[in-house]
Amino acid sequence: MTTVNTLPMIKGVHDSPLEEYFTSGHRTCQGCESALVMKLMVKAAGPRTIVLGSTGCMYVANTTYYSTPWVVPWMHTQLGSSGSAATGTAAGLKALMSKGKIKDEPINVISFCGDGGGADMGLSAISASLTHAQYNHLVLLYDNESYANTDIQVSGSSPWGANSTFSPPGKLHRIMNRRWKKNTAAMLAVGHPGVRYIATGCASYAVDLMNKIRKGLTIGGPTFVHSIDPCPKGWDYDPMYSHELGMLMVETGLWVQYEIEDGVLTLNGPSRMIREGRRKRKPVYEFLKRQGRFAHFTDEDVDYFQSRVDETWEKWWLPGVIPVTDGANVKA
Amino acid sequence: MTTETQAPELEREELISGSEAIAIACALADVDVITAYPIRPYDTVMQFVSKLIADGTLKCEFIVAESEHSQFEIVKHASAVGARVFSGSSGVGWFYAFEALAVTCGLRLPMVAMVGNRALDDPGAFGCEHNDALAVRDLGWMLRWVDTGQEAMDAAFMAWRVAEDPRVFLPCAISTDGAFLTHSQQIIKIPDKKLVDEYLPPYDRGEFQLHPDNPITIAPQVNEDWLMEIRMQTDAAMRRAKGVITEAHDDLKRIFGRGGDNPFIEEYMTEDADIVLVGMGTLALPLKVTVRKLRELGRKVGFVRVRWFRPFPDEELRTALSKFKAVGVIDRDYSLGAPSNGGVLYNEVRSALYDMDKRVPIIGFIAGLGGREITVPSTTEMFDHTQKLADTGQMDEPVRWIDVR
Repeated sequence: MTTVNTLPMIKGVHDSPLEEYFTSGHRTCQGCESALVMKLMVKAAGPRTIVLGSTGCMYVANTTYYSTPWVVPWMHTQLGSSGSAATGTAAGLKALMSKGKIKDEPINVISFCGDGGGADMGLSAISASLTHAQYNHLVLLYDNESYANTDIQVSGSSPWGANSTFSPPGKLHRIMNRRWKKNTAAMLAVGHPGVRYIATGCASYAVDLMNKIRKGLTIGGPTFVHSIDPCPKGWDYDPMYSHELGMLMVETGLWVQYEIEDGVLTLNGPSRMIREGRRKRKPVYEFLKRQGRFAHFTDEDVDYFQSRVDETWEKWWLPGVIPVTDGANVKA
Repeated sequence: MTTETQAPELEREELISGSEAIAIACALADVDVITAYPIRPYDTVMQFVSKLIADGTLKCEFIVAESEHSQFEIVKHASAVGARVFSGSSGVGWFYAFEALAVTCGLRLPMVAMVGNRALDDPGAFGCEHNDALAVRDLGWMLRWVDTGQEAMDAAFMAWRVAEDPRVFLPCAISTDGAFLTHSQQIIKIPDKKLVDEYLPPYDRGEFQLHPDNPITIAPQVNEDWLMEIRMQTDAAMRRAKGVITEAHDDLKRIFGRGGDNPFIEEYMTEDADIVLVGMGTLALPLKVTVRKLRELGRKVGFVRVRWFRPFPDEELRTALSKFKAVGVIDRDYSLGAPSNGGVLYNEVRSALYDMDKRVPIIGFIAGLGGREITVPSTTEMFDHTQKLADTGQMDEPVRWIDVR
């Protein structure tokens, strides 16, 4: 399997494929953006695709015996195994094709994980999978910012201060989650110089997300896409606002849309306009106030949160992406 | 020793270790995907595998994983798309992979692994102990214990053949005692690939192959609706494995001219024995020496080696052991708090013999932990305790630890 599929860039909503490969049969919550990510992911990838799904919402809620929504072949993998599943599937196909045991043809291999499976438990295996340049596959991290399937527990990708069943505000401690969200996509990009494509995305920008999936699948070698997925259950808001909250997360500068192709970083959409000074970031309060998980925040908490977001744009070496300052430029 | 091989020119002899024997078996079996992660002593097999690949003798995808968990997950997924796979580990490394080991059985994937049996740290110990491989005994892994490098190589061919048989589709682990087998060399007969091809058909995943031409969903949520039915199917596969092992054993004898009389147990000088010791793995060597020495002194002793622990040879052991006056079971493992504080093999053998009309008295021995050598004097001591049980019907304690300061 030395070749990859041809998947041209989608020019707009009207140019997107009509065929669905993630269909009825799933049991995800109303307003679930991760389910939409799944739908867009395989719509972009097409029928010559194998999907591996690690434990999490998109396994448990999606694949009930006898009612699978997957039109393409799908297999469960363990919570920490999205990277290994991608490597193993791609390696198996490559071995069989190179020995002539099955037809030599391009087959997309996509392995997905949630933020628990990707930013926490499976990080090591994803890192390893990104070092095996001989295998073509994409790891997609759908990030709903908690272990949402198991009852909304805090993960390494949860925002500072968010109420979760493992970080509830109490009489003594208002803020139980004192960790700042991991910067996963950039961490993987910086740590794996040979990887040809790493991107962030959001289903609110669906065409952009589908094209990022296509680039990841066609550029060759192991690739990684990280999507941010508003979660009505975990974030505590009316399901009708999922799309809007995704946009707010980008417009406040809390989530940064970008892609790194062969080492070249490009910010996309509103993030690019913010970076170029053509658009002002909305106050992060506009995003926080819409969700029950931040309902316990005081004004000081909001100010602190805003200051951390400001820092990523004003102090980081690559704004919104790389949290490093060049020592040569620091004034004494 | 002359061989009964139908075409003796189709094999060569080499002085190699048990690990190297299994690595060569990987090349002869045309394994497609192999994953490695370093831990002593099993890792020697992967050192030989990587050299065989570097020299062009073995063609496969060889992945050095970043942990044992990934090591076994990678071959699990490669197996699902139809690739023949091999992996392995030792001691706590095997435990690090435990989640992957567990789900492989439910997925009915024919993974073949080598366990270089090793003590479970802490406290640190490289030496042989069987608790690592035995930990998966309830899950659906077929577990083989071998005694020699030759048996290790033959067991590897048999493992792929049985595991990949659609009547079975279960993983199989070959236990090779750390150091005693992984690192010591013996003269081993290496068959020509023609013989291996005759013995081992290609792996065909059939209707369960994960491929865009066969868009199935594997391992969805079944919960209480279906889990029991699926577990029972896995149980049925393990029950069928005994017959498939017997077929594979008969063909091994026919094609390679090796394998002994019984696929599941080896009996050594048991014909007229009054008492026997039962054990697994390389302790067979000092035991056979002891049996011969005691026989010279006129004592009627013998030895029974268990070759397959899963599926467990209960019928074979009932037939073999019921004729003796007493049986001693040697465990190179421990099962703390188990019935009679005995080892794993001890309690399994006792359970297998429970329904006999006339139950043979059994005594248990814990020996050779952490790689401590099981010597002729220590096996003689075990025979003495077993003889006392046969003579008096009494024992001081049901399970004794041997050679302990």
